[in-house]
Amino acid sequence: MSAETIKKRRDLILSSLTSGPGIVWVCLFLLVPLISVMAISFLTRGEYGDIEWTFTFDNYKRFFGYGIFGFDPLYPIIIVRSFILAAGTAALCVLAALPLAFFISFLPPRYKGIALTLVIIPFWTNLLIRTYAWQILLAPGSILSNLVHFIGIVPEDVPALPSAGAVYAGMVCDFLPYMVLPLYTSIEKIDWKIAEAAMDLGGNGRRVFRHAVLPQIMPGLVAGIILVFIPALGQYVIPDLLGGAKTVMLGNAIGQQFGASRDWPFGSAIAFFAMGIVMMGLWLYARVARKHGEEALL
Amino acid sequence: MEAAVKVTNIVKKFGDFEALSNVSLEIKKGEFFSLLGPSGCGKTTLLRIIAGLEFQDSGDLLISGINATDIPAYKRPVNTVFQSYALFPHLTVANNIAFGLRMKMVSRSEIEARVDRVMDMVQITKLRDREPAQLSGGQQQRVALARAIVNEPEVLLLDEPLGALDLKLRRELQFELMSLQKRLGISFICVTHDQEEALTMSDRIAVMNVGKIEQIGNAEEMYEHPRTKFVSQFLGSANLLQAQIINKGANTARIRTKVGELVMTLGPNAAALKERQHFTVAIRPEKVTLSENDKCVGPNCLPVTVEQLIYIGSETHYILKSGTETLNAEAMNIKSGSQGFDLGHTAHMHIPENGLIVLED
Repeated sequence: MSAETIKKRRDLILSSLTSGPGIVWVCLFLLVPLISVMAISFLTRGEYGDIEWTFTFDNYKRFFGYGIFGFDPLYPIIIVRSFILAAGTAALCVLAALPLAFFISFLPPRYKGIALTLVIIPFWTNLLIRTYAWQILLAPGSILSNLVHFIGIVPEDVPALPSAGAVYAGMVCDFLPYMVLPLYTSIEKIDWKIAEAAMDLGGNGRRVFRHAVLPQIMPGLVAGIILVFIPALGQYVIPDLLGGAKTVMLGNAIGQQFGASRDWPFGSAIAFFAMGIVMMGLWLYARVARKHGEEALL
Repeated sequence: MEAAVKVTNIVKKFGDFEALSNVSLEIKKGEFFSLLGPSGCGKTTLLRIIAGLEFQDSGDLLISGINATDIPAYKRPVNTVFQSYALFPHLTVANNIAFGLRMKMVSRSEIEARVDRVMDMVQITKLRDREPAQLSGGQQQRVALARAIVNEPEVLLLDEPLGALDLKLRRELQFELMSLQKRLGISFICVTHDQEEALTMSDRIAVMNVGKIEQIGNAEEMYEHPRTKFVSQFLGSANLLQAQIINKGANTARIRTKVGELVMTLGPNAAALKERQHFTVAIRPEKVTLSENDKCVGPNCLPVTVEQLIYIGSETHYILKSGTETLNAEAMNIKSGSQGFDLGHTAHMHIPENGLIVLED
């Protein structure tokens, strides 16, 4: 055995020792459940909510609206509604996080830490508690509910809760830190000389932002949108507690199938479809990012 | 003819620090003007005020006769070549250059023609579709230059334009900048801390120190007749001696220094000197000549000992001891081999009468 092969073998042993446990962990707790979900999604629900080993595409057909009673767009509507909610949440988070992140990065260094801590503090509170807090804040007769009626965001005869507006408030509140943190990191790295160059070359404030600042914070912006959009797509506690029964989301639908309806195959189909969409989005983004030679974020 | 840029009594403070105190100067149309000084002297701040990237606390700024104080940077007829180039990293070379014209809504066909012309002028046509990250320092410098001049500004501002480049490339680009400036016929204002660069390129130079302008003039005036200690030592080097007038004639004066009595021609700075007045005199090292003891003729011959000599190829630098004073002298190595004045050698140094420069401070 040459010294070369001994060294190679030693490297192999070392690397399997160090990365081995991680690989086993990922296989056991990520890959196996994922494959199970995929497999179950092609099986059939039994009489009593058990799983029968009969291969079928029916779960997916039903999901896209072709059920046993003919075409019914119930689930496609849920998909669209979930995408709108996730996209809307991401958009509102961008609008709220951009000024906030710029504000924090312009603070004197000793206040930056405090400001960032304030952004992160909600993480320390359980999501359920924060969401129930919104229920109290928006309850009929509360100051906030009177305020939204007074300003006219919500008409007088429509309650502030449950409503789509309440869902958005809860969602933005929950996901804002995921948008602020990557944005802030990008903003801290901005080369302001480039903004000065754009101004020197005739760009006014708006155009300097568009052509010299925005391209520089793009990586942070995209990372933030991904970090908000993906969990927002599957979020079901907030729509459930603040949106009432009318606003069923992908997450709620999945929860129902695994819970009350006892239809695991159908629930798996919905879950797998949602995951597929997200994966496709990430793959597209990675391809575009690589083409532009940007540093990989994922 | 009105000045390209006229700066009057400009004051700029950053907190307690006064970056510019009462600076006034005038830059002519079509002139290559350099602001020269050590870091922190305020030269870059002055440039940024002219560009509109910084605002003066008081004082006036006229660009082509128009009060520019309230005109925002993006409307001023000036463009800047930044020290770090500040190219747009996400745009190709051609798009970087076209940026200013796009901001001004110039028609597509005209943009194309002007970008092509400028790229040809600075020889970067081949780099058209590259991105800044794929360019060398010298190439980035050319793109930055092209991006600024394509807008046909009335004044081009250059902030340490060659600072990041190696010596050989710097020399090359110095001449290119000069010929470009002559071809375009616009004023260049160049900030630099490199005295050689300033002397080489500029029509006129302003030497700055701690927020003030020490002296303005062309290269020869500045070198031959520095008015202050700072200028005499920042541009080239100088031996400084304390001196006192013994008697003053019409064209010459006898002065007493620590190395002995000397005769000097009364230069432009010396007119106001009175008899018995104390002042500082500067002597350029290369004006001091060494000769064998018996070969020195004229009034300003003094005996010296060679305390140290430094051979640097084309020249030899001597440190000479005369009494308690040490003086620097520099001589071209005309002969090959030893120049005849070795360590510990005693010789005579000669200072020409017009080589004694009277300083104001």
